[in-house]
Amino acid sequence: MEGFEQFPGGAAIRLGGAETSILRDLADQITDLLDTRGEPVDDPIAAIFATGPSEPPADPVLARLLPDAYDDDNAEFSAEFRRFTENDLIARKRADARALIADLDALGPGGGVLSLDAEDSRHWLGALNDLRLALAVRLGIETEADADKLFELPEDDDRVPTVIVYSWLNLLQDSLVETMIP
Amino acid sequence: MIILPQLGGAGAPAEAVGTEANEAVAPDVPWTTIVHNDPVNLMSYVSYVFRSYFGYTDAMAEKLMLDVHNKGRAAVSSGSREEMERDVHAMHGYGLWATMSQDK
Repeated sequence: MEGFEQFPGGAAIRLGGAETSILRDLADQITDLLDTRGEPVDDPIAAIFATGPSEPPADPVLARLLPDAYDDDNAEFSAEFRRFTENDLIARKRADARALIADLDALGPGGGVLSLDAEDSRHWLGALNDLRLALAVRLGIETEADADKLFELPEDDDRVPTVIVYSWLNLLQDSLVETMIP
Repeated sequence: MIILPQLGGAGAPAEAVGTEANEAVAPDVPWTTIVHNDPVNLMSYVSYVFRSYFGYTDAMAEKLMLDVHNKGRAAVSSGSREEMERDVHAMHGYGLWATMSQDK
């Protein structure tokens, strides 16, 4: 496992076949989950007039990806704001995940060297962050102590594979940010 | 009331910060965007977001990131309700946990 490295005009990384399929699978899960909030409105004109739900998502991963905008004193403002902006937020997250999927598909199932330009890197950064947020919710990480405890799990714990993927995503995202520092 | 140095983003004073003319007509600044600490977002990423979205200097972005990390939250911009809605929405786009509050 290695991270991203600086590359002329962007970043590059060598991904194996297994790594490619893990990333693609996770990104697929995110887009499927986002789709449960309603059908995507791809027509940009229609999207302007389409309003979303006013209630926060019941699914805890979606609730983390699509949080309330106002503090608890202003819950009614949060509901109104969500109606008019949630579709846009979902569109961004979907676009990030789709960009990651398209880049991985271009690489092929065996993996290889992936190179990202500045625009690709921004999509990947967003997508990797959403994947990490999703895994963290599934792993029950609410505090820094929770996160630390996951690294002391016994080898046969069911969560170990997910923890390994989560740490790997940390490495990917951290190394990608490093390449984007001017 | 939280005193904030040179804030950027939608809520940033666009120009003439601290000039006499500006102070004379400065409206009340009733809303603040707050970024909350969470154990997931990487420190490097949070700094990156503060630099690239708000246009903060490295030092300012680093300071705000450390405030989020160490104090649990930091006020990252302030301005009108509409401006703060834009900033909070942008923070959610990046995956940071942000809310907006009205100053009391």
